[in-house]
This record gives sequence, structure tokens and C-alpha cells, in this order.
Amino acid sequence: MTSAISVTDLTKVYGERSALSHATFEVPLGTVCGFVGPNGSGKTTTIRMLLGLISPTGGTGTVLGESISHPERYLPQVGAMIEGPAFYPGLSGAENLKVLASLGGFPKERVATLLEKVGLEDRGGSKYKTYSLGMKQRLGIAAALLPDPKLLVLDEPTNGLDPSGIQEVRNLIKDLASEGTSVFVSSHLLSELEMIAESLVMLREGKVLFAGRTKDLLAAQIATLVAQPEFTVDLNKLLDIAIRHGREASVGDGAVHIVADADWGATFNRLAFNAGVTLSALTVTQPTLEETFFEMTGE
Amino acid sequence: MFNVMRAELRKLRRPTLLVSTILVVAVLTALFTSIVYLRANSGQGNGQRGEIISPAILSQAAGLVYGFKIVSFFLGITALCVFASQTAQEYTLGTLRNLLVRQPSRMKILSGKYLSMVIFAIALVTIDAIVAISVSYGLAPHAKVTTTAWFTSTALSLLGRTFINVLLTTIAFGTFGMILGLLFRSPISAISTGVIWSLILETILGGVVSSTQKWLPGQNFDNIAQGGSLTVSYQWSMGISAAYLVVGFAIVAILFKRRDVAN
Ligand SMILES: Nc1ncnc2c1ncn2[C@@H]1O[C@H](COP(=O)(O)OP(=O)(O)O)[C@@H](O)[C@H]1O
Ligand SMILES: [Mg+2]
Repeated sequence: MTSAISVTDLTKVYGERSALSHATFEVPLGTVCGFVGPNGSGKTTTIRMLLGLISPTGGTGTVLGESISHPERYLPQVGAMIEGPAFYPGLSGAENLKVLASLGGFPKERVATLLEKVGLEDRGGSKYKTYSLGMKQRLGIAAALLPDPKLLVLDEPTNGLDPSGIQEVRNLIKDLASEGTSVFVSSHLLSELEMIAESLVMLREGKVLFAGRTKDLLAAQIATLVAQPEFTVDLNKLLDIAIRHGREASVGDGAVHIVADADWGATFNRLAFNAGVTLSALTVTQPTLEETFFEMTGE
Repeated sequence: MFNVMRAELRKLRRPTLLVSTILVVAVLTALFTSIVYLRANSGQGNGQRGEIISPAILSQAAGLVYGFKIVSFFLGITALCVFASQTAQEYTLGTLRNLLVRQPSRMKILSGKYLSMVIFAIALVTIDAIVAISVSYGLAPHAKVTTTAWFTSTALSLLGRTFINVLLTTIAFGTFGMILGLLFRSPISAISTGVIWSLILETILGGVVSSTQKWLPGQNFDNIAQGGSLTVSYQWSMGISAAYLVVGFAIVAILFKRRDVAN
């Protein structure tokens, strides 16, 4: 077994619409994989199928090497928070965790440890309905950690958290990953995951747009050179030079924008100088993964 | 299955639910038993449906369990409400997905929940028995009821049988509640359907067309606790109740097993 999750042509159709359509991807074992897509793109639907909550319309999948048609074979080693936290409002946070501990046959003693791990040790005795959104989210993460999971599946775990809360979740994920836990974490914001995810699966309207290493996606990014001539009359001359050298370029905001890597900057500067144009500024803008993603998803 | 049962009992143990249920059952039992005894010499109806239960009747061995079985219907309705809500709320709260991740066998979830309902029903009936018998014994002298026949082996075996019958009635209503909860997946709809049906529609139907009585589920569930009536026999009620509940539960169990959990 080399992959934590592997799906082939996984499909879920609701009535006329496909919530997920022929998704094929793999999540390597022992890594953090980001699952990114705008709202309604099918992330939760995929996660529900991986956990045996809904049955696929088509396709196959395995989790920890076992087929998703037999969730009882792998779920004891999987922790999950699906579509936000859901608990009994009249029970305390600790009681809620104990319900799930009884259910899974885990020792009750783990509850206190986990409450501490997510920073709820002081409020574990309060009723769930008195919790803030951030506390609810953290209780959800604690519940997902109950089995000391080999694979952790978190569906938008940072929803409703403030920046420091988001940072805490990120750190927690990093810690778990460094201990060897595989993490499959979804978000509608790529920027939240690009720093911690070694690999990414990107969804849009139920289709997988990209599945692979984050590094490879970064390599696919194309930078833009922005060259500003000393005199605006030279703009067209610069544009000409770029195009003659086989570059895609355009004029805007008193500068020439050229699709090229930073390496080409020096060459371009020389070419401009030789043509008698002095540059007053030459900058390289590297798009963020977010921008690359939006480029790909067309938003 | 036993892990599921333990988890369910943890939910049922929450103070607001437990204390209020115990209080309601104890108060209702005390109230109805008191009415039977305090009005035993009035010559007016003091039993179910206006029957006259005289001190002479109460002085017999069966007097011991009269108060005990008179509230069976309310115990049933309590079990119906609690278990309609305990099953349906898993959908409305979204907690079912957590349960199924920790216990993917849906049949184990269902049977564990069912076991917890049976235990809850045993607790309700025990409270009923203790309160009803204490109140009966306490009020007997006042109502000029002699209690010597209550402490015979006949009375004790009657107590055992009544306990089982009242328990069966409570479990039947609890099962009905679970069926409604799984069907409607919303506590409010499940409870209101169950209560309106059992408390209002059946009473009207059975009152207007008395021949329907032997077919009405709620009436038959309660007839078990009473040990049968003049019009509908105990055996009939057992048979028809079992038939309704087995078929109903089988249908919702299949639904529960097959249905996507998308809440
Ligand atoms: N139970 C359902 N019935 C019908 N459509 C659904 C159901 N669940 C999800 N969908 C649809 O499937 C699509 C994907 O939803 P979802 O997986 O929740 O997306 P995400 O988690 O990425 O926001 C959406 O268009 C949603 O409306
Ligand atoms: Mg979602």
C-alpha cells in the first residue's frame, strides 16, 4: 500500500446533476494533501463517499488499501470531520467526545488528552451549545483525533476561525504529519493549504483539474516581466522587441507586460538598451498559487 | 452493538432529559393512582374510561397492580416521544455522520439504539411500579382497602406479569417512535405525528367506529398492558402489535441501511 487514498472515475450523480464526475486521483501515504475547490465543487461529496456515508454512482476507490465499499475495514484507523462540526447541544464537549469514544471502543482517558491538544481543557465541561464557532471547530478536530488515526480527513477545518485559529490548525496538521499521519484536508481557499500541503487535488464543478505535487504546480506557473521605459513614447518599441523574440506581451499602465521567467529579464534589458531604450524599472511578478488556480479554474 | 448501546445511554443520561422524564412519570403515576384510591368510595368513575373500581375490587390481589398499569399509555407516549427524537435528531443535528464513521455497521447502530430504548423503557416501568405501589399502599387505609391479598403469591406473580405487559406496551410505543423518527428524520414531525395519531386520531376513530378498535396500533399496544379487554383479547393485541412493528421496523431498517447520509 503506497497511497492513503486512491480513487478512479469516482462519480456521484444527484438527479440530473453530477456532484462529482469521474474523479481520479491519489493521495500518497504519510503526507498532507490539500483538497481545493470553490463552494459546491464536490469536496464534501467526495469525502462522504470515502467514508462510506453515501454510495458512489460509479467508479472505485480505496482508503488505506481497502475498498470504499467496505468502510468497516479502514474506518477504525481514520479520523474525520465532515462538513463542519456536529454534536449534541445539550451535552458538554467532553461528554460528546465520550459518546464517540464509547462507540468506537476507545479508552475514555483519551478525551482529556485530546481536549488539551485542541486547547479546550478549560471548557470541556461546558455544554456544546455554549461554544463559539472556533471552539466547536476545535472539538470537531478533537473528535477526529480520537482513534489516533493513520489517516485524518478534515473538511474545511478552518471555516469560521480567526487568523490565529487558522494558524493553530495549520500547526496541528504539520505536527501530525511529522508524526506520520496522512492528512487529507479540504478548503475553498488554496492560500490556506499551499504552505502545508505537499500535494494538491483541485476540483471544479465536480471535475479534477489538477492532482499532483504542489511543487509541480508551482513549476507550471509562469512569471510576468513588467518593463517600464523612461519615456512612454518607447512603449511600442519595447513591445516590438518582446514579440520579435517570441514572447507574449502587451501594453498597459505605462509598462510592457511580458510573459517570461525572471531569467529572461537581463536579456530583455540588454535588448532594450541596444535598441536605445532606457528602462526606468524592470520587475518580475510571480503569481501566487491562488492566481494560478483561478487562471486554471477560469474565475 | 453494546458499544453503541453504551454511547446511547450516555446521551439519555443527560440531566435535563433524565430528570424531567423521571419527574413526569413519577408525578403522573402518583396522580392517577391517587385518583383511583381517593375516589374509590365515591361511587363515581375512578378507573380507566370511567369504570368504577370499588374498594372491594382493590382489596383483591389485582388491586396491587391497578395503579401500576393505569398509566401504561402515558409511559408509552413518553417512550414514543423520547425515541422519535433520539433517532430523528441524529439527522437534524448532523451527528449521524459522526456515529457512522465510528461505527460503520448501520445495523449495529440501529440495534444498539434499540437496546438502549429497551433499557430506558425498563427504567420507566420500574419507576412507575415503585411509585404506583407505594402510593396504593399509602392510600389503602384511607380508601378502606385491605391489603392482605396483595402480599400473596398470586399477587406477586400478577405483579411480575403486569411488569412484563406494561414493559411490552412501553417498548411497543418506543419502537413506534423509532420508526417515525427514522422515517421523518425530523424530531418535530415524528413526535407530532406519533402523538396526534395515538392520542387524537385513534381515540376519535375507535370512538366513532368501534369495530376499528381491534386494528388500531396504539389501542392494541396499550391493551397488552391491561392484559386484554372484554372486546379485544390479549393474544390478538400481541399478534397484531408484533405484526405492525416488525413490518414497520423492517421497512425503516432497510431505508436506514440503504439511504445516503448527506446531512
Ligand atoms: N444530497 C444532495 N442532493 C442533491 N444535491 C447535492 C446533495 N449534496 C450535494 N449536492 C450538490 O452537489 C454539489 C457538490 O456539493 P458539495 O460536495 O457539498 O460541494 P463542496 O463541499 O465542494 O462545497 C453541489 O452542487 C450540491 O448542490
Ligand atoms: Mg463542503
